[in-house]
Amino acid sequence: MSFLSDFYAGLFYFAAFVLVAGLTNKIIQYARTPAPLKIPTTPAPTTRAGVVFRITREVVFFESLFRGSKWTWIFGWMFHFGLFLVTLRHLRYFIEPVWLPIEMIQPFGIYGGIAMVIGLAGLWSRRFLVDRVRYISSLSDHLILALLVAIGTSGLMMRFVVHTDVMRVKEFFQGLYVGQVNPLPADPLLLLHLLLVAALMIIFPFSKLLHMPGLFFSPSRNQVDNPREQRHVAPWARRLEQK
Amino acid sequence: MAKADFQVPKLKQYAEIPPVAPGAMAHSAPFKSKPEFQATLGFPGELAPDWQRQALDKMGDLLGRYRSLRVYLDSCVKCGSCTDKCHYYLGTHDPKNMPVGRQDLMRKVYRRYFTLAGRLFPKLVGAEDFTEEVLADWYSYFHQCSQCRRCSVFCPYGIDTAEISMAAREIMDHIGVGQKYCNEIIGKVYKIGNNLGLPGPALADTLEGLEEDVFDDTGVEVKYPLDQEGAEILLVTPSADFFAEPHVDGLIGYGKVFHEAGVSWTLSSYASEAANFGMFIGSYENMRRVAQRIREAAIKLKVKRIVFGECGHAWRVAYSFLNTLAGPWDFLDQRYPIPQHICEFTYDLMQQGKLRFDKSQNDDKVLTYHDSCNVARASRMGDRPGGQFDIPRAIIRATCNHFYDMDEETIRDRTFCCGGGGGLLTDDLMELRVKGAQPRVEALNNLMQEKGVTHMAAICAICKSQFTKVLPYYGMDMDQIVSVHQLVSNAIILTGQDEEDTPDAGTTEADYADEAA
Repeated sequence: MSFLSDFYAGLFYFAAFVLVAGLTNKIIQYARTPAPLKIPTTPAPTTRAGVVFRITREVVFFESLFRGSKWTWIFGWMFHFGLFLVTLRHLRYFIEPVWLPIEMIQPFGIYGGIAMVIGLAGLWSRRFLVDRVRYISSLSDHLILALLVAIGTSGLMMRFVVHTDVMRVKEFFQGLYVGQVNPLPADPLLLLHLLLVAALMIIFPFSKLLHMPGLFFSPSRNQVDNPREQRHVAPWARRLEQK
Repeated sequence: MAKADFQVPKLKQYAEIPPVAPGAMAHSAPFKSKPEFQATLGFPGELAPDWQRQALDKMGDLLGRYRSLRVYLDSCVKCGSCTDKCHYYLGTHDPKNMPVGRQDLMRKVYRRYFTLAGRLFPKLVGAEDFTEEVLADWYSYFHQCSQCRRCSVFCPYGIDTAEISMAAREIMDHIGVGQKYCNEIIGKVYKIGNNLGLPGPALADTLEGLEEDVFDDTGVEVKYPLDQEGAEILLVTPSADFFAEPHVDGLIGYGKVFHEAGVSWTLSSYASEAANFGMFIGSYENMRRVAQRIREAAIKLKVKRIVFGECGHAWRVAYSFLNTLAGPWDFLDQRYPIPQHICEFTYDLMQQGKLRFDKSQNDDKVLTYHDSCNVARASRMGDRPGGQFDIPRAIIRATCNHFYDMDEETIRDRTFCCGGGGGLLTDDLMELRVKGAQPRVEALNNLMQEKGVTHMAAICAICKSQFTKVLPYYGMDMDQIVSVHQLVSNAIILTGQDEEDTPDAGTTEADYADEAA
């Protein structure tokens, strides 16, 4: 019993470390790599505020995807927005006391979980049904979908079919903050759910999930359209000028 | 109709997304650059035994210098949004011409050598060794991308395949695998001053001829000056403007507009080229070297302003990169945009009421407008986003009575490339060019059926050359493509022009009837 709890405690320390360190490392790498030329996809905003608005529309509404593919947009947005609600719902395990907005969002988190799984199913089916998408899908694309679907369904099953002692789950995670391993309920569904979530955290910085930080660093989206007004020179390009 | 030894796509009434046909264009590759053209640009002449290491070193170098490359190679989730957006995919059905398919040619090498997942589990994440087969695929398919950026419009992360194909070409150039067309042309710019290798005296001759033609036509002495020190404006225009149809009619138009504006202007024989093929091969150094010529010419000729003629990628380099590559431009007149597009210049004069047009001079045409990719998606005109769409249309509407736009999904920032951009405007890629033109020609054809459109105006030398060449494959006429400033040239009423040359609208139809008879 305590072996399981110890194992999961170690796993989550490791997963959290990999996620945070890996993402930080990537973000630093993106931030440090210069963008030597002005390449916003035009028409582009001519002010910083405009760029913030553009990126916000991409993050919240997936504007470009909407223009590109309606089906992918519907399923993709359902999945991501569902995941967002689910994440908010899960915050109750990680904060004490639970903030009022998080308490109020609890029922919506369940709808989010359902939407998330439906969205994933739609996205996955496209990988089989649309020949172009089938062509570009690699094994890892399927596995990531499988992972997310398994996380979603195991979570929903704990809500609707086999309940677990959520208070002890919360105590387990609260304990990790202070280096204390409290016993985790030994429910197979819960253990599976947590194992998969840890796996997701670990692969995050090494996979296409990097699209999350990537969007914010994409020069075609985050640059201001003002090349005539402001000279833009990368440090390595400036060295060419001194020759 | 032009003869083809390949299947010319059928034009449909409604755009169709074709099923994938793997390998359909695997045979397409441009001629390779000879060692002497490579040397001029500072690249090795041929493949060395350790080419793979050299290529990976270069890739690592570029990953550290271009945030776009790094972020784009990491971020793709294979959502499929771009898969039906590339004109080369739509025209050839080859899945490696889907933007993501093309990117993956580089991404699989990137993953293999630059990511943990690809080093440990190559099969799982689609990583592959950089073999000679992969290199051959690179050469073929990175020369089937016109760098038009249409894919980047629809990508949720703005991944721009142009950035990837530019990097791929840069890597290949650095291991001695260059493309003849681009690299030979850049060499000509260094040696002679323009893509076509027209020396100064030939330019002077041509321009003198234009002056005579315009005088015969209008009775007005419009000047087309070359290397005139102290002129206010330096005009930098694609060298096709000096002789090819319909380009030269555009150049005639620029001269007439300058004449009416009452400003002095000049061309330069040293910087007699707006095009900058350094961009196509993804070489910052070569792009900079070409751009510097414009700076040198501007200083030498002591001009106050720089105006660019009608050329798509040149306008991208001018608008987006010139300040970076050849600035700062503190010696020019800061009251005007630096550089300025000829359409901005003409539009400004129109706003000030300084130009008079007789629209009926273009009544033999029903027009539409082709948004050139680099103008549409990689630059701007005027001070508002989208000016690059509105300003050329405003000029066309001011100079023509009959104008219709093509299907909304094929214009403005969703415009289809002509099929010849990005350094592919070469006869050894004719099949690709014809097939890649299909989506644009289809939209044009539909408008011809619906609205009786006869001509398509464009502001890009590559578009004009490409359509002149490929329209006949689709049973259309090569002269259906016209310059925007050709329309300006036809309609403009020059001060002091013989009145009989500008018939009022009432007599026009009869006049044309006479001509027809």
